[in-house]
Amino acid sequence: MEWDWAFVWQIMPTLLEGLKLTLLITLLASAVAMVLGLGFAILRRSSVAVVARGTGWFVEFIRGTPLLVQLYVIFYVLPDIGIRLPPLVAGVIGMGLHYATYTAEVYRGGIENVPRGQWEAAKATNLTARQAWLHVILPQAVPPMIPALANYLIAMFKETPLLSAITVLELMNQAKSVANSSYRYIEPMTMVGVFFLAISLVSVVILKWLEHRFGKVAK
Amino acid sequence: MADWSGYMTLILQGALVTAQLTVMGAALALVMAFVAGLGRLSRFAALRALAVVYIEFFRGTSIFVQLFWVYFVLPFAGITLDPLAAGVMALGLNVGAYGAEVVRGAVLSVPRDQYEACIAVNLTRMQRMRHVILPQALPLMLPTFGNNAIELLKATAVVSLISLTDMTFQAQVVRAQTGSTLIPFAMILGLYFLMSLAISGGMRWLERRVTRGLDGVR
Repeated sequence: MEWDWAFVWQIMPTLLEGLKLTLLITLLASAVAMVLGLGFAILRRSSVAVVARGTGWFVEFIRGTPLLVQLYVIFYVLPDIGIRLPPLVAGVIGMGLHYATYTAEVYRGGIENVPRGQWEAAKATNLTARQAWLHVILPQAVPPMIPALANYLIAMFKETPLLSAITVLELMNQAKSVANSSYRYIEPMTMVGVFFLAISLVSVVILKWLEHRFGKVAK
Repeated sequence: MADWSGYMTLILQGALVTAQLTVMGAALALVMAFVAGLGRLSRFAALRALAVVYIEFFRGTSIFVQLFWVYFVLPFAGITLDPLAAGVMALGLNVGAYGAEVVRGAVLSVPRDQYEACIAVNLTRMQRMRHVILPQALPLMLPTFGNNAIELLKATAVVSLISLTDMTFQAQVVRAQTGSTLIPFAMILGLYFLMSLAISGGMRWLERRVTRGLDGVR
């Protein structure tokens, strides 16, 4: 079968529609992952052993099982206990939760990288816990984390096609439906690949810049 | 609710397919990682460029897109792969691209004086790689390879979408036939978790094995 440019232009609006949703999902899911990840990181540092240990196991479990299956659980199992989520919300929650276990590690590393002396100095100058976090620890912990967090943002972007399995009409699903109705697979599938590759390559350049700008603060 | 042992067998059969995919994918990924990783460090510019294109291409798109491309587009080019071969190929090439960066990083982190010492004792390039650089670089690669292997295991779930009867696919079958959702999914989540624990345990053992006797050196 030959490559047909006319067909490419014909399906472009549909694909762009899907791309828009893909980007939206990436943003929402990464917001969830950033917040939940911080939550996990803090809970893991909790002084209550049960909470710290329990969070640790939960995080391990989420990291050790496939995102696709977790999406199925949220989408198919939760309705049985009365929680019926629209596909988009289920996808955002599933992906956010999955990647939160990764960002939690980033936060943990970043916080642990702040030298002990900084904590002691904050205590010595009589700062409250809140002041110590806001003015001493976080300003030093956050910049080195930025490249790693951005890395997971890109990873999430690439994983969004999984949401097509729970009927979210993102880029991949749009391409699949176009392909199925026209019996042409080459153009839609290849264009999806091209879109992902193009955006990933651009984000890698941005990531390099972020690393250059923020990555060295830690050393 | 009648035939739970039958459904259980179905899921266990799926687990076998998942394990098979993971092992075969990991084997291909390992080969690709070394080929592309060392290719990126080659003295021939063409080889380096080829390796970069491979790595960036497979890291730039997700396994899902690659799998669908292999399964749906390649047949039009006259290459028809059965789902298992398509799955192993996509998984192995994808994870291999990530592994290649690990290989490159580890080889580059071997100190410069080791290279100089090799030149001083007149080793050929092959000998240098085989006897001096790789034995030192390998222990550095293992922890990340372990993570990559777990990522590979998790990525195998995606092949259920090209009708390969892995664990996730079987769970969907059981769900469709029994209408029960919690039991099949909880069961495969548990099995996936056990497999990933097995991988990380195995990697820790391998790491101890490879670093044996290296304590005094580094």
